[in-house]
Amino acid sequence: MTKPWDMTSEHLLRELAPQVLGAVARRFRDFSSAEDAVQEAMIAAFTQWPQEGIPDNPRGWLIQVASRRMTDQVRSEIARRHRETAVASEVETMAPTVDVESDMDPDDTLILLFMCCHPALTSSSAIALTLRAVGGLTTAEIANAFLVPEATMAQRISRAKQSIKTSGLSFRLPSPKERAERLPAVLHVLYLIFNEGYASSVGAHLQRLDLAQEAIRLTRSAKRLLPDDGEVAGLLALMLLTDARRAARTGPDEELIPLTSQDRTLWDRAEISEGIELLTATLSKGTVGLYQLQAAIAAVHDEAARAEDTDWPQILALYELLRRVSPSPMVTLNHAIAAAMVHGPAKGLELLRALDTDSRLAEHYRLDAVRGHLLEMLGDYESAVRHYRVAAGRTTSIPERNYLMTQAARLDEGTPKADDHARS
Amino acid sequence: MKYILMMNTMRVGHGVPAWPKKDLQAHIAFMMNLNKDLRESGELVSAEGLSFPDQAKLVRAGKDAAPVTDGVFPESKEFLAGFWIVDVETAERAYAIAAKVSGAPGPGGVPLNMPIEVRPVMSAPPQEML
Repeated sequence: MTKPWDMTSEHLLRELAPQVLGAVARRFRDFSSAEDAVQEAMIAAFTQWPQEGIPDNPRGWLIQVASRRMTDQVRSEIARRHRETAVASEVETMAPTVDVESDMDPDDTLILLFMCCHPALTSSSAIALTLRAVGGLTTAEIANAFLVPEATMAQRISRAKQSIKTSGLSFRLPSPKERAERLPAVLHVLYLIFNEGYASSVGAHLQRLDLAQEAIRLTRSAKRLLPDDGEVAGLLALMLLTDARRAARTGPDEELIPLTSQDRTLWDRAEISEGIELLTATLSKGTVGLYQLQAAIAAVHDEAARAEDTDWPQILALYELLRRVSPSPMVTLNHAIAAAMVHGPAKGLELLRALDTDSRLAEHYRLDAVRGHLLEMLGDYESAVRHYRVAAGRTTSIPERNYLMTQAARLDEGTPKADDHARS
Repeated sequence: MKYILMMNTMRVGHGVPAWPKKDLQAHIAFMMNLNKDLRESGELVSAEGLSFPDQAKLVRAGKDAAPVTDGVFPESKEFLAGFWIVDVETAERAYAIAAKVSGAPGPGGVPLNMPIEVRPVMSAPPQEML
């Protein structure tokens, strides 16, 4: 009476994780222990199902296993207390009977998402907990993705749960008002997971868990649960429109290939059309937020068949909007680049000067990297080389350092950029 | 963000330093506790102690790339005794851990205040380049 394990089974299992956790957490009224129990049930499924096949009622199976763990835990806890204080047998009242079909609530995934991305948590612990509790990933997989030991990741997750306990969060859906306030934090965590995965998805790290795909999967469920929210749709569109360029962004030696030099035939057309479709649907609905605007900018890039076809005036207009909706030094920086593409490098450099006094960006390599690029466009190679090298000294990413050092060396040797379509 | 904390200690003569048993035990307990705390805070990536410099060799490629080894030169006053790699939220947190390491108890329980070199590990995800 079982189904064989195949390619889609792992996906199914992970999708079930938050639903199972929701049911067990509500029944036992203990999120933290329920989360541990579900993790154990997931690991049991990952070991047993590929060999024995998928049970008829996979969700029921997981709830049974997790609940049994919970009951065992409650029993041993009571036994311990009994030894100490002779408490009467509470076991029967504290360990409810298992009824797998009841207390299923489609909102559970959403409750968990808001819980795991609570602003009381640091972003690294929110990320870890979200991937485990909502994403259904194992501690080992998450540890491996972030290149830290499993024990360290386990501690990070358990501390995150401790913070949730301390802050007195209950297992319920936040009110619409509260949801609106906290949604940006949820989207930010999903965005960070995506960014970590997308940016690290080069060569040597390929065997690591694909965090970008996990982020897209989680954002898809968020989109299903909050279908009318423009920013959730915007974030999903942004992820798809960015991920579409993945195969083109690194060369054979894992070197970074800038957007203007990428082989655009390698871009994923299916992801681009899905992203654009999502974006078009959400933009027609009214208020425009941070992620929708970034997705719109990504879409303009993706729609250009060649780098020189890029509609920079439109990108500039979108950055101007973004500066109003969500001002930040990074937005100012990108706005300056777009302005340089439309009005020439001098204009871009002039706009960058506003950032010199911004302490948030003062020592950031991006400022020097962009300045180097604009100075190169202007023909001031000597200054460009200097800024590329300062940037190379400040970045904490090896592929970026290699890229910036190579840019400086190329200019130093007097070779103009072969693929510079920037001079407009 | 990952940082490496490199603990440099002063070289005093050869071999292991001769500290009173009580001070030695206090020092060892301090280091064990520190590692335990970092593991429990979910920040420890790795921690390694290194051999004393007596066992160190300097290696260079010689003819046909064959290794040429040499002893460590006695004039070097400081040596790397061990390192930690931590994964923390901010640089300030890495500095705070380094300061804790630095103040490990020495002879007589007096803080050693060793210099700890803190450097970011090149682990940031690369961003889109121009």
